[in-house]
Amino acid sequence: MATSTLERPLAARPSTWFVWAGMAAFGVFLLGILVAVVVDSFGRQWFDTWLPDGLTTERYVEAWDRFDLGEVVGVTVGVAVLVVVISVLVGVPAAYVLARRDFPGKRAVMLLFLLPVLMPPITYGIPLATVMYSFGLGRTLTAVVLVNLVPSVPFVILTMTPFIEQINPAIESAARMCGARTRQVFTRILAPLLVPGILAAAILVLVRTVGLFELTFLVSGPGSDTLVVAIYRGMTAAGGGEARQLISAMSVIYTATMLAMLVVALRFVNPTQLVAQVKETRDD
Amino acid sequence: MSSAGRATASLRHRLAERGIDSTLFLLVPGLVVAVALFVYPFSYGIGLTIQPTAAMREQWGGGALANYVAFFRDPFVFDSVWLTMRLALPAALFNVLASVPVAMVLRHRFRGKRLLTSLLVLPITLGTVLTAQGLLIFAGRQGWINRVLLELGMIDEPLKLVNNYLGVMLSLIITGFPFAFLLISSYLSGIDPSLEQAAKTLGAGWWQRFRRIVLPLLAPGLATTFVLTFVLAFSVFPSARLVGDAMGETRVMSLMAFRAFGEQNDYAMASTIALMMGAVELVVVVAVLGLRSLLYRGTTGGKG
Repeated sequence: MATSTLERPLAARPSTWFVWAGMAAFGVFLLGILVAVVVDSFGRQWFDTWLPDGLTTERYVEAWDRFDLGEVVGVTVGVAVLVVVISVLVGVPAAYVLARRDFPGKRAVMLLFLLPVLMPPITYGIPLATVMYSFGLGRTLTAVVLVNLVPSVPFVILTMTPFIEQINPAIESAARMCGARTRQVFTRILAPLLVPGILAAAILVLVRTVGLFELTFLVSGPGSDTLVVAIYRGMTAAGGGEARQLISAMSVIYTATMLAMLVVALRFVNPTQLVAQVKETRDD
Repeated sequence: MSSAGRATASLRHRLAERGIDSTLFLLVPGLVVAVALFVYPFSYGIGLTIQPTAAMREQWGGGALANYVAFFRDPFVFDSVWLTMRLALPAALFNVLASVPVAMVLRHRFRGKRLLTSLLVLPITLGTVLTAQGLLIFAGRQGWINRVLLELGMIDEPLKLVNNYLGVMLSLIITGFPFAFLLISSYLSGIDPSLEQAAKTLGAGWWQRFRRIVLPLLAPGLATTFVLTFVLAFSVFPSARLVGDAMGETRVMSLMAFRAFGEQNDYAMASTIALMMGAVELVVVVAVLGLRSLLYRGTTGGKG
């Protein structure tokens, strides 16, 4: 790929300019959206002017108290961490089996793990939420964690399977020859080699869980709402919703949390690589 | 299985040869989660759809199938199929088609590529709710877009960009495009550049190279990306409510399902709509994947 840079003409083709123009438009929208929310959240009053008249940080304090954001953020982080830990613990061993073994019914098992990823969340979310309510779990933290596992576990399995396939099985065979049990093979051989993959999958699950709206929304209630759901409820509350600036302040808190996680994530993984590896599983 | 193994050692051996041994137990937790949280609720949901409420039975007839009769006969519900398709299909198509040229251009190495890629990936972290809030402020009646256009004298009246079809479409593009771009560029990086160089040596122009070399190799990837982007756009829910016209032109299926679930507490009807949503999506996915199976499958020369 590097050689192609040498042959590029100095003057860009019209098609290239067209692409850049499109990307510029996308960038304008993206930045506009972000900046508008941030400015709005710090604004005192903002109606028919270019910028709000006066800046303040009061909105944050107000939003924090009004929506009990301490609790909401706590719930969001707690749920996300629990979901990540459980889905890694459940998903990685399953991915190992799928990567290494060939057994009757393997295709069916693969399909079972692929379905929740391909189906619209609402399709299984509504029956799942109905089951949760009938078990008396509605609006509890347990239910929020459980529903979030449905897309997360398959996601970990689908991302980890190609990772494990890349590890040379001869290493494991050698360990077994030296007398290691399955558990030792896992803790001593595989775990250290899989750390980058596990981190990548864990971070992506974390980002997805914090951002997942539909499933959480169906089963959560006061005390178990995550940040996205709290923002949505604020925007759609009866009587035209809450003051716009409060919502903006909440959105900024949400984006800041997400960005912090993304920055951490990008230190460990290159997202394009991971997608390339996911692709191979989705191909078959 | 271990007791059987002790009884006849050969059985255990024979099973192991077919790939069944104790390692498979590692699969059990994953299967338990999938069965308990996916298969069971799903089957339960299917069961629910044929237990309509008395009110539904009375209004729509059809006995146990009253919910399905209601789904197809009630225009308020059934029109949402069309409304959803009208949003999801063009959005997915646009995201995939727009990603191809961008990924082609970004394939080359240049300064600031990493920054640009990060910028394109950024919206994934924004989520639909924040995008909705931002669009309402940025593209609203008094937002910056309308302000700039009014100042420039390009329009006399503020454009209506949100709280309608266009608003939802914009939000679908902003959240869906980065995803499609990531997938397409990873597919593109899997195509061996020497194939294109060979074509260039033989005198092929850029259009010929694209049309004859890149496109055929990329086509299966395009189909997969289309399916995944379509799935994302199809389940649009928060943006349809927040930047759309929830009771009008963006009354999508997921909104109808949630209305039955949360507002009417008719779990049976909600499950029916949810299942029909899955069915409609499946039709599109199967159609696209069916077309895809007709295309070239094999190595693209790039990755191991």
